[in-house]
Amino acid sequence: MGLGGMREASLQRTGPLAPWRIRLLPWAPALTMAAMLGPVLAGLLGTLAPALGYMPALGGTGVGTAVFADLLAWPGLARAATLSAVVGLGATALSLAIVVLIVAGWSGTRTFAAVERALSPLLSVPHAAAAFGLAFLIAPSGWIARALSPWATGWEQPPDLLIVQDPAGLSLILGLVSKEVPFLMLMTLAAMTQARPAQSLTTARALGYARVNGWFKTVFPAVYRQIRLPVYAVLAYSMSVVDVAIILGPNTPPPLSVQVVKWMNDPDLALRFRAAAGALLQLGLVAAGLGLWRTLEVAAAFAGCRWTLRGGRGNRVAEAGLRLAALALAGVSALAVFAGLAGLLVWSFAGLWQFPDLLPQDLSLRNWDRHGPRLAAPVAETLLIGGLSTAIALLLTISCLEAEHRHGLRPGSRSLWLLYLPLIVPQVAFLAGFQTFALLSGLDGGRVPVVLAHVVFVLPYVFLSLSEPWRAWDVRQDTVARALGAGPDRVLWTVRLPMLLRPLLTAAAVGFAVSVGQYLPTLLVGAGRVRTLTTEAVALASGGDRRVIGVYALMQALAALAPYLLAIFLPRLLWRNRTGLRDG
Amino acid sequence: MVEAERGLRLEGVAIALGGQRLVALDTLIRPGETLTVMGPSGSGKSTLLAAITGTLAPAFTLSGRVRLDGVDITHMPTEARRVGILFQDELLFPHLSVGGNLAFGLRPHVRGRAERRARIEEALEAIGLAGFFDRDPATLSGGQRARVALMRMLLSEPCALLLDEAFSKLDATLRGQIRELVFDTARDQGLPVLQVTHDISDAEAAQGRQHLL
Repeated sequence: MGLGGMREASLQRTGPLAPWRIRLLPWAPALTMAAMLGPVLAGLLGTLAPALGYMPALGGTGVGTAVFADLLAWPGLARAATLSAVVGLGATALSLAIVVLIVAGWSGTRTFAAVERALSPLLSVPHAAAAFGLAFLIAPSGWIARALSPWATGWEQPPDLLIVQDPAGLSLILGLVSKEVPFLMLMTLAAMTQARPAQSLTTARALGYARVNGWFKTVFPAVYRQIRLPVYAVLAYSMSVVDVAIILGPNTPPPLSVQVVKWMNDPDLALRFRAAAGALLQLGLVAAGLGLWRTLEVAAAFAGCRWTLRGGRGNRVAEAGLRLAALALAGVSALAVFAGLAGLLVWSFAGLWQFPDLLPQDLSLRNWDRHGPRLAAPVAETLLIGGLSTAIALLLTISCLEAEHRHGLRPGSRSLWLLYLPLIVPQVAFLAGFQTFALLSGLDGGRVPVVLAHVVFVLPYVFLSLSEPWRAWDVRQDTVARALGAGPDRVLWTVRLPMLLRPLLTAAAVGFAVSVGQYLPTLLVGAGRVRTLTTEAVALASGGDRRVIGVYALMQALAALAPYLLAIFLPRLLWRNRTGLRDG
Repeated sequence: MVEAERGLRLEGVAIALGGQRLVALDTLIRPGETLTVMGPSGSGKSTLLAAITGTLAPAFTLSGRVRLDGVDITHMPTEARRVGILFQDELLFPHLSVGGNLAFGLRPHVRGRAERRARIEEALEAIGLAGFFDRDPATLSGGQRARVALMRMLLSEPCALLLDEAFSKLDATLRGQIRELVFDTARDQGLPVLQVTHDISDAEAAQGRQHLL
């Protein structure tokens, strides 16, 4: 084999440091932190000032506690705050219990794979769409009542029951659980791949421990340490959620965060002061909730240690019941979202649909014909804001990860906390501050600030989604490509990014879905003038016209789901002749 | 002009981790010659190669100099060093075709679509893979992948060749063939070769000096 004739020109080497190396890259982590945390900190300041009475634009120049006195004098306060706390803690505890029990009882089985497959697409369904779907399901005139009427209930008319928006917040808890279970499940599965549970569990079972008992004693401690931040994010979110609470939560009074938003949008500008104080109280409430949760963690760890030292092996019969209960609960929570989406679909095509009938008398395109033209603008706005915020988040994330690779700027474990900060600080607490700045500067609303506000929430999810596959990439590919003469930029664009196409698209889809689902940032930063599918859909909640709601909520769900489908099918299409990447 | 020294010179090269010396080597590998560095896993064999390719992790400290054909490459970026490397995995880029992988290696001074394509077809023929231009690298056999990886590296016109356990994943018969191809090629082209391995048969096949870590 003749391989000669390739040593010409071998002595001409390119110079030492190529001048085109991007010098901006080392700044990427700092820039990313600024984009993510800057608005949070600035917003908190903007909330603090009016809460202390200082907002010259509205005549507030004194600093004192008068605003808080006004807030405390509001008669619904105790009830609203209690509601927030109970709903938050209840939804978080229930979601975590379902996820942990299903993983403990079923991981590694075929049933578990089925549950996993059923839950993962639910992650992209926006909270508002899922909440509307649930409302259509459990309302007195909803599908469940229809299915049981009149043969089981005797109802010929929808009963006069307050199921949706019940004063105790039970339907709100249910709505939150159905969306938080898929999220915590995904985080737990990611934690499990690092904890290598199979060996621990096999060892425990060989020592005579029943499955669930052994899992809690050997695997759970390591897994919980990994999912602690996501659990905190779920707790903070559930305590301060606004859009789901408007749809499913009680009205008189609503949870604190909803009341704060009401004050903020009140034509009486003087209520902005009370709103700011309420937003700060919400922040304190979430901090207290996290403190309580942390205390419970410590207590549970202590009790767990003693429980483990006692050496009990667990009761197989009791465990069988527990496993079935976990499966049933996870099934119900998944089914609630799927059936809810089906409900949205049917209502959006429904003509006349009388009460006990399970299906409408006729299905037509009339609702879509009527509302379709009005959908165009919010659809375009949703896609534009989602596309821009995702693009910015992706650019910053890739820059950070590439800076880490090229300059060894490896983040410490504390930076994970910073990443979760925008997800743990309640939205209302710092978004309220944006209104202060808007009033100060005279600039009110507009698409650009809304996009930047979305980046705050899109960025953590994009980073969390992309960082693991990025770091798992075989760096010897980089060495080989560099040794072949390719500079770092060429390696990035022609080797690393194409090879990571699938995780890149997945991260983009996650980011886009997060943006589509954002209600409060769009409403407050956009000053009500930036209309996306989400703000339009939630605004329809009080009207109660199920056909319109069906149309808007379904479009919202579709907008979030479409990029996921793209992320699944695009790599298959592009890499159809590349076995090494098609399924990887 | 003074004739530059040819070959890969390791001038008092020493690598330390946290103050503890891992590897020390001072030698000249002449064109066409092979030096085999042997040692158990964890003895710093791959670290030595990383120092020569310029991909040493920041935790390590390197002292001494690496000269290639008289040029000090110790602090050059990897892509400017003209040091080719083969790992035990072929690491063909999975998103490119076989021809695309070779084109990635082929130097840009071969200009023009037709000319580059012709050079790659020629190279494919030289390794017995004529007509494989559009093939998906994932569909090749182990021996075919190894030959593509070798040719990809040769097309980048390296001045030295590093082998990081390059043959350890091949089965016995294939191993002999590929080893012969690599060492024959290196001798033909006058490339200095530094191979690290834990397998004595690799060292024997190379017929060169051996260094134990």
